[in-house]
Amino acid sequence: MRMPRLTAFLTATAVFVSAFTFAAQAAEEVHVLNWKGYGADEPWAVANFEKATGYKVVNDFFNSEQEMLTKLRTNPGLYDVVMINAAFNDQAMAGKLIQPIDTSKLSNYADIAKDKAGSPMLNHDGKVYGVPWVWGLTALAINEKSFDKPPTSIAEMWDPAHKGRVIIRDDAVEAVQFGAIASGQNINDIKDMGAVKAKLTSLMPQIKTFWSSENDWNQMVASNQIDIGTYWSGSADRAKTHFKLPVSLVIPQEGAVAWLDAFSIPAGSKNVAGAEAFINYMIDPKFYVEWVTKVGAPVSANTKAVEALPEDAFNRKVMGSPEVAKRIQFQAPVTDEQREKYLALWQELKVNVK
Amino acid sequence: MAEQLATGSRRGLRPALPLLLPAYLWLTVAIFLPLSAMVFFSFMTDLPLAGKEWSFTLGNYAAFFSQSLYLTLLLASLRLGLEVTLWCVVIGYPAAYVLAKVLKGRSREAIFLLVILPFWSNGLVRIFSWAMVLREGGILDITLNAVLPFKINIDLMYSYPAVIIGLVHSYVPYMVLTCYLTLQAIDDSLIEAGRSLGASRLQMLKRVIIPLSMPGLIAGAALIFVPVVGSFMEPRILGGRTGTFYGTVIEDQFVAVFNWPLGAALSFILLAVVLVILALAAPVLRRAG
Repeated sequence: MRMPRLTAFLTATAVFVSAFTFAAQAAEEVHVLNWKGYGADEPWAVANFEKATGYKVVNDFFNSEQEMLTKLRTNPGLYDVVMINAAFNDQAMAGKLIQPIDTSKLSNYADIAKDKAGSPMLNHDGKVYGVPWVWGLTALAINEKSFDKPPTSIAEMWDPAHKGRVIIRDDAVEAVQFGAIASGQNINDIKDMGAVKAKLTSLMPQIKTFWSSENDWNQMVASNQIDIGTYWSGSADRAKTHFKLPVSLVIPQEGAVAWLDAFSIPAGSKNVAGAEAFINYMIDPKFYVEWVTKVGAPVSANTKAVEALPEDAFNRKVMGSPEVAKRIQFQAPVTDEQREKYLALWQELKVNVK
Repeated sequence: MAEQLATGSRRGLRPALPLLLPAYLWLTVAIFLPLSAMVFFSFMTDLPLAGKEWSFTLGNYAAFFSQSLYLTLLLASLRLGLEVTLWCVVIGYPAAYVLAKVLKGRSREAIFLLVILPFWSNGLVRIFSWAMVLREGGILDITLNAVLPFKINIDLMYSYPAVIIGLVHSYVPYMVLTCYLTLQAIDDSLIEAGRSLGASRLQMLKRVIIPLSMPGLIAGAALIFVPVVGSFMEPRILGGRTGTFYGTVIEDQFVAVFNWPLGAALSFILLAVVLVILALAAPVLRRAG
C-alpha cells in the first residue's frame, strides 16, 4: 500500500515539475507593460503580431508612470517591453531598469523622425534606451454638447459657467505644468510657483473630480457630467473615433504640454528578440494606420507612418502644422526634488478643498 | 491543588498544539513577517533596490509632524470613521434587534440573507453601482423626479455624503452581525421580568437591552472604525475632489510616488493613533457596559 502511494506521489510531483519547466521553456511570450487601451493591447494588433511572429503577447497595465516604475522595480525579469514617457526614461535608466536597444534589429527605426530618435532624453552615452513610438499633447478636450463653438483659450476652465463640470488628472506634475501654461510660463523652467499655485487654487472649486484613466474621462462625458477638462490628444481621438463620444480636442492659444512616448526593453528581459520584434511592429506604418482608423491614436514618431494617413487627418493636418508646433512645449525630465515639490503643492491644494 | 491545575493546563496545551499551530504559523508568515518588514522600511531613507544607497532615519516619522497636511488629513479620516460608525449603529442596531427578538423562523432567515448579501459582492462592484445611483441623472435622481411633483436636483456623487453612504453600506453588516449575536443571547425572561415590574419600553432599552448588548456594539464599532479610518478606495472613487483622506495619501506613497518608507511610517502612525483611541475608549465603554 505504502509503495504505490509513494510512487503515485512522486509521479504527481514529476508531472507537476515537468509541467512547470514546460511552461518555462514555452517562454516565447512577450510581456508588455503599457497603459490600458493604448495600442499594444488592441486584440487585432496582438493577433496580427502573433500570427506574423509566433510569439505570444501578454499585456500588463499601469495607471501612472510611477506605478510603471514600481512594477519594473518589484518584478525584475518579468517584462520584455515597457512603454515609457521619454521624460521618465532618464530615471528608468539611472535605476538600471532598462537596457540599451540594438536598433539595427528594428527595420522601421530608420524612418523615425530624426529629432525624436535623437532626443537626448532617449539616448545616453551613445546608446539608445528608448524607441520613439508616438507623441501627443496634454491639452484640453470638450464635451461638444456643452459648447456651440469650441473655446480657444485655457481660461475657459475658470469660467464660472462650468463650475462643477471641469475635470483634471490626478497627477502632480501634470497639474503643475498645466498651471504653468495657464500662468504663461515655461513648463520645464517654472520661475513663479506662486502664480501656478494661485491659478490652481482658483481652479479647484470648478472641478468635479479627478481622472486617472481614459475610462474615467469617457464615462464622465458619456453621462454628460462634465464640460471641459485636460485630456491627452490620442485619448480624445479615441473617444471620438472608437467610442463615438461627443469629444473634441482643443489646443489652447496659450499652449499645451507635449510628450513623447517610447518603447524600452527592461533589464533582465527573458525574450529580447521577441521584444525587438514587438517594438518594430508597433512603429510599423501598417499597424499605425490601422490603429488610427479603427481606434484613434496620437501622432506616430515614424514619418512614413504619418505620411500614410489621409491628407486631412487630424494627426497629419493639425498636429503636423507649424502653427501648432510653435505653441507646444515638450516635457523635459523632472528631477525627484521637483517632483516632491510638485506633489507637496498638489496634496496641499487637494487638502485645502475640504 | 495548584500543582493539579498546572499539570492539567500543561496536559491541555500539548494536545492543543497541533490545533493551534496552523493558525499561528499562518499569522507568523502572512502577517508578522511582512509587517515587521514594513516597520523596517519605515525607518529607511530609501528602498534598497537596484543598489540604491540607504540609511536609517527618523525622517519619515518627522515628516508627519513637520507638515500640517498629514495631521489635517488624519483628523478628517478619524471624523469619517466616527461618522460611519455612528450611522452603522443607527441603522444596524434596530435591524439586529428586530432580527434577534421580533422575527422568527423563515422571515428571520430571509432578512438575515438580505443583510449578509453585500458581503458576497465585490467591493469595487458595490462602489461603482453606488456611482450609478448617486450621480446627476442617475437612478436616484430619475426615480425621485419621476415620483415627486416638484423638480429636485440630486447629485450626491463626488461629495462627502457619497463617501459616507458607500462606506456605511459596506460596513453595516458587521454591526448587525455582532449586535445580533449579543441581543439573541439576552434571556427573554429578563425582558418579561422588566415589563412585569412596570418598566417602560425606553427604560427597558436603557437599563436592560443596551447594557447587555454592549459587547456586541463595542465589537462592531471597533470592527468598523479601524478599517474606515484607513479606507482609500471608497473616498477615491466616490469622493471626487473632496476624496483626499489619510488612506488615499498612504496609497499615493505606495502606488503613485514609490515612497514606501514614508507610506509605511504614515501607516504605523495611523496604527498607533487607532490603538491609543481604542485603549482610551476601552475603560469608558467597559464601565458603560
